[in-house]
Amino acid sequence: MDLLNAFITLSNFVLIPAIAYGSQLALGALGVTLIYGILRFSNFAHGDTMAFGTMATILITWAFQGLGVSAGPLPTALLALPFGIGVCALLVLATDRGVYRFYRGQKAKPIIFVMVSLGVMFIMNGLVRFIIGPDDQRFSDGERFIISVRQFKALTGLDEGLAIKTTQGITVVTAIIVVALLFYFLNRTRTGKSMRAYSDNEDLALLSGINPERVVMVTWLIVAALATVAGVLYGLDKSFKPFVYFQLLLPIFASAIVGGLGNPLGAIAGGFTIAFSEVMITYAWKKVAGYALPDALAPDGLAQLLSTDYKFAVSFVILLIVLLFKPTGLFAGKAV
Amino acid sequence: MTDTTRNFVYFGFIAALLIGTGIITSWNLAITILNFGLISAIMALGVNLQWGFAGLFNVGIMGFVALGGLATVLISMPPVGEAWAAGGLRVILALILGAATIVGAILAYNALPKGRMRTLGMIVILVAGFFIYRAVFDGGVQAVEAVNPANAGYLGGLGLPVLLAWPVGGLLAAGAAWIIGKTALGLRSDYLAIATLGIAEIIIAILKNEDWLARGVKNVVGLPRPAPYEINLQNSETFVERATSLGIDPVTASTLWVKAIYAGLFTVVLLILFILAQRALHSPWGRMMRAIRDNEVAAEAMGKDVTARHLQIFVLGSAICGIAGAMMTTLDGQLTPGTYQPLRFTFLVWVMVIVGGSGNNLGAVLGGFLIWWLWVMVEPIGLWVMQVVTSGMADGFWLREHLLDSAAHMRLLTMGIVLLLVLRFSPRGLIPEK
Repeated sequence: MDLLNAFITLSNFVLIPAIAYGSQLALGALGVTLIYGILRFSNFAHGDTMAFGTMATILITWAFQGLGVSAGPLPTALLALPFGIGVCALLVLATDRGVYRFYRGQKAKPIIFVMVSLGVMFIMNGLVRFIIGPDDQRFSDGERFIISVRQFKALTGLDEGLAIKTTQGITVVTAIIVVALLFYFLNRTRTGKSMRAYSDNEDLALLSGINPERVVMVTWLIVAALATVAGVLYGLDKSFKPFVYFQLLLPIFASAIVGGLGNPLGAIAGGFTIAFSEVMITYAWKKVAGYALPDALAPDGLAQLLSTDYKFAVSFVILLIVLLFKPTGLFAGKAV
Repeated sequence: MTDTTRNFVYFGFIAALLIGTGIITSWNLAITILNFGLISAIMALGVNLQWGFAGLFNVGIMGFVALGGLATVLISMPPVGEAWAAGGLRVILALILGAATIVGAILAYNALPKGRMRTLGMIVILVAGFFIYRAVFDGGVQAVEAVNPANAGYLGGLGLPVLLAWPVGGLLAAGAAWIIGKTALGLRSDYLAIATLGIAEIIIAILKNEDWLARGVKNVVGLPRPAPYEINLQNSETFVERATSLGIDPVTASTLWVKAIYAGLFTVVLLILFILAQRALHSPWGRMMRAIRDNEVAAEAMGKDVTARHLQIFVLGSAICGIAGAMMTTLDGQLTPGTYQPLRFTFLVWVMVIVGGSGNNLGAVLGGFLIWWLWVMVEPIGLWVMQVVTSGMADGFWLREHLLDSAAHMRLLTMGIVLLLVLRFSPRGLIPEK
């Protein structure tokens, strides 16, 4: 019985949050990795693209709520999501037209692209703060829990409860759908195949008649969709604050690099690796250990490896370890 | 127009901007802008060393600047005797144990043959070391932070002259840069950018949360100053006499005089660093750096150790940023970890270097002054623009309120646009590299 209680506590505080967070990171990292594979630079503006898409979705959600449109038990934001993606896609395509295309034509070095993306990052960040302000915004509505602690306890009669938030459920389901669609697109459709060909060998792809501008455009569209979905899911699960989205850049990059930059499968694996390490290292294990270990061995302190303030340090250390020992990432990416 | 006249025109323009600010608003503001401009110019020199000489993209300037600030506290504040007695040595011992763990793991990695044994050995050393470190560290920290938490609760510094903190700040930053450079250099160029982005966030997190070190977000205030206090000047008869004889109000005169002393100190540092950077640029070493930047493969074929040279210049550039950070904290008289923001300390310096002219030291200095002036002035100008734009709207109209409130965020937008425009239309900057 104690072991069961330990497992429930573990699921409640570690497994479920980490799975939700991992899905969000994986979606973010997929965007970074796609840009890296096709356009060949690390996009520093990705966190702020996420923030922009989320902001658009939030504004549309508020409009829907004002009109009295709702999705029943689900958050209204899900209805607004497609429109948010649309707005974000427009912005991203405009940036590509106005900023990146010039450097592509010049065949500029990747580092110049990184720098330009830093400029784009600040413009997007400025736009977001300008429109919605720098403060916290909550926009989650509908049913809060799929199953709450009290229901779970009544159902099972255990001492420990398990709560699954609706947003966590939605995150995982949406992430699975999005990833399935993405992989279907990349592996089965003509455009997807041409994207992979372009990513593998640009010259060869051009010779075989693939239109590079079209590939780039489709990539940006997919990236806008991934970024907005990731951003909205994160915002629903926690809350929306522009600065937090900028900070998410580090775990997202770490996920993409751990998995191998340019490799979509790796991005997913990387996202979950980072999320689980972050949650497990900053979780106070006292309760779980209290159940799982015999009384004599139970820890006195919180049994927390690092305080939650250092969660970014976790992704950073993992990043350093990967760079030191396996710079191409777990799943061989293209970057060395 | 020759290069020299052009440069004179540029710097004359900066001087005119400062003097204009002095006449229109106040001389106090003008000299404050000058002081921060000097510090910015030093940061820009450091970044120019990394980017302009070697093409290294450092997005963690904020972290190195903050380490310089930490050095000011560690060097100049008087030690808190009680805290040292309570747990100071224990904390130091824990840090030594922590360092020993990492050194031990590295030694094991080098000593053991490749294979499962090596991985296992390293993990055992690291895990055991971590728990020992935490066991020693936590108690020490608790004891230190319990000592008079309202105005101490930390170990304090060494009580040495504050000017000594400037080189020490450079050393701290250099140490952090060495660790980052050692891991991320020699790989793809983007990796250095990502790693520096990370280390900056982590340094700030440490400063915010490790109260025993520098009081965290409780801030350390009242740092010793290399200049006299205004109040002492106002009480000194000779000073008041001299001020009145010049026809200046003694209070204004004392604030101006203190700021002028800082300006003098900063100018000396800037001149020294500038001359060193100029000598470096025109030495064989500088030419080698630029050769590596322009074509790594060719330079490597000529027998140059590209990674080692990159590491060298990365550490040097970061050290300069650390020095500037220590100077800035000295000028502020306080260390406030909450105020370190990437926009202000990383991105702004980048704009300075790019606008001024990457690869040219004079350009970096020019960019430092120019962009700093712009940075200070954008907010009032932005507010003014917004007022003009919204003047036609009714009072209390939501759009007007919103636009006026958002004027503060104009800085992000303006700086981003300036960077993109310069990169696009004048990538060589105002004073291009020769």
